[in-house]
Amino acid sequence: MKKENIKNSGSLLNWIDYRLPIISMLKHSAVDYPTPKNLNYWWNFGSLAGFFLLVQIITGIILSMHYTAHVDHAFSSIEHIMRNVNHGWLIRYVHMNGASFFFIVVYIHIFRGLYYGSYKAPRELLWWLGIIILLLMMATAFMGYVLPWGQMSFWGATVITNLFSAIPLIGESIVQWLWGGYSVDNPTLSRFYTLHFLLPFLIVGVVILHIVALHTHGSNNPLGIDRKGPQDSIPFHPYYTVKDFFGLGVALTIFFSVVFFAPDYLGHPDNYVPADPLKTPAHIVPEWYFLPFYAILRAIPDKLGGVIAMFSAIFVLFLLPWLDTSKVRSATFRPIYKILFWIFAIDAIILGWIGSKPAEGTYIIIGRLATSYYFLHFLILMPLLGYFEKTKPLPSSISKPVLAE
Amino acid sequence: MTINRKNKSKGRRNFIHQASGALGAIAVVSAGWPLVDQMNPSKDVEALSKIEVDLTELAEGKSKTVMWRGKPLFIKHRTNEEIVEANNVKIEDLPDPQTDKERVKNPKYLVLVGVCTHLGCVPASDKGEYKGWFCPCHGSHYDTSGRIRKGPAPTNLEIPPYVFTDDNTILVG
Repeated sequence: MKKENIKNSGSLLNWIDYRLPIISMLKHSAVDYPTPKNLNYWWNFGSLAGFFLLVQIITGIILSMHYTAHVDHAFSSIEHIMRNVNHGWLIRYVHMNGASFFFIVVYIHIFRGLYYGSYKAPRELLWWLGIIILLLMMATAFMGYVLPWGQMSFWGATVITNLFSAIPLIGESIVQWLWGGYSVDNPTLSRFYTLHFLLPFLIVGVVILHIVALHTHGSNNPLGIDRKGPQDSIPFHPYYTVKDFFGLGVALTIFFSVVFFAPDYLGHPDNYVPADPLKTPAHIVPEWYFLPFYAILRAIPDKLGGVIAMFSAIFVLFLLPWLDTSKVRSATFRPIYKILFWIFAIDAIILGWIGSKPAEGTYIIIGRLATSYYFLHFLILMPLLGYFEKTKPLPSSISKPVLAE
Repeated sequence: MTINRKNKSKGRRNFIHQASGALGAIAVVSAGWPLVDQMNPSKDVEALSKIEVDLTELAEGKSKTVMWRGKPLFIKHRTNEEIVEANNVKIEDLPDPQTDKERVKNPKYLVLVGVCTHLGCVPASDKGEYKGWFCPCHGSHYDTSGRIRKGPAPTNLEIPPYVFTDDNTILVG
């Protein structure tokens, strides 16, 4: 280290770093940063999420240069972007599908954490910060979907803001406060635009905290055991930069296949009809990434109860580090949890499918069963499993997995 | 033998580094171009960049101002005296030498971009020492051919590209 300093003492980077240690900070956290040597490809999704956040911010700032947040102009300004602005269609399709891919990547990232027990001590706050990012993402995505001022924008905004009217006594006043009037209208659109612009930067702030918390105790790993010494780590660069870049290449191939060949596949055609406050479309469906929560909302035959259940579905994640009583992190060594994890994953997919269906007949029954199981998994099975599950023996270190012993 | 293989593998490694660096640079530039180009004039703006102007109603000695690409366009139906005056100037005396013939398609009609070539203000017509235009911002005087005669402006008032589609109609742009 000392030798290196002398060698580079004349360089400009060194001069800057001596006064403002950004280069050594970067080196510390993205180059030399010791990382468990056994991370698999499921660990790619954190950096992918960061990449898609960046894509959303860049394309979003560009779209804001051409978009007009006014009920009379919003819809036509989107058409202006699609038809007139140079490459506007590309930038908007990247932004639209970028939101979907951001959610895909983050959901996989969360399920990775669930499988390998990444929320357990000492990573509880890291997990909490992640859930806060998810909540901010949901708010941002919802308000972004309102901006084109199509039929789905308008009625989605109406339905979601009306959720707050379920609150006893003050609900009605809260909704009027959110709207800035007696219905979703120009004041609503213009504040949603402001907040849609603001929240991503809050997300960046929480992401920084998320990374600080991550780097305090380092990444979890597929074995879920702590590193015993330097022999269990490898530097982040080049090993994981290369791995992340490879994963990025695969992700971008899939992403741009959708952007170029099926850009409206994940959206809803009704949103290409201008908003009409006098006519609700036959099927109101939220964007796909809200469907499981939408199914939970509709599963409860009570207005307030449904809203509470929907929000609880996310807030229960905050309690997970304590609801999971098992001392073993990775599902690799938890034979029963491994099965329950996959049942839970399937349950979440069923909820998403139910959310896309009309609330009638057997869909209601399936939705209620799936919702019950969702909470059963977190509130009953996770706490009990820690006491009854017989876990497999853990390897003594990352370098010496069980098989080698 | 070992050294040879080492050198060979070092060469291959450099090649891979440079090739992936070059590909990365191409990727960044091609992804970046749409992000830069989106700020250029959009299709609807480009579509408005040509206008047609009807001159039938424009009486001799009068001028009219129309908007073209967000700027004023001066169209002056000049009197005979004004045309003669514009032609009688000694070319050597002009800061930006140009004959009147070079500046018109039909000497009766003078078509100018009404933006002072100094710093972009709009000159007032029939004002100034040369009976052409006078810029109130920094005092540039233009003559009846729109040429700079006195003041800080470096060049004559700009002539937009235009054609006469018939005797009384011009297409600008």
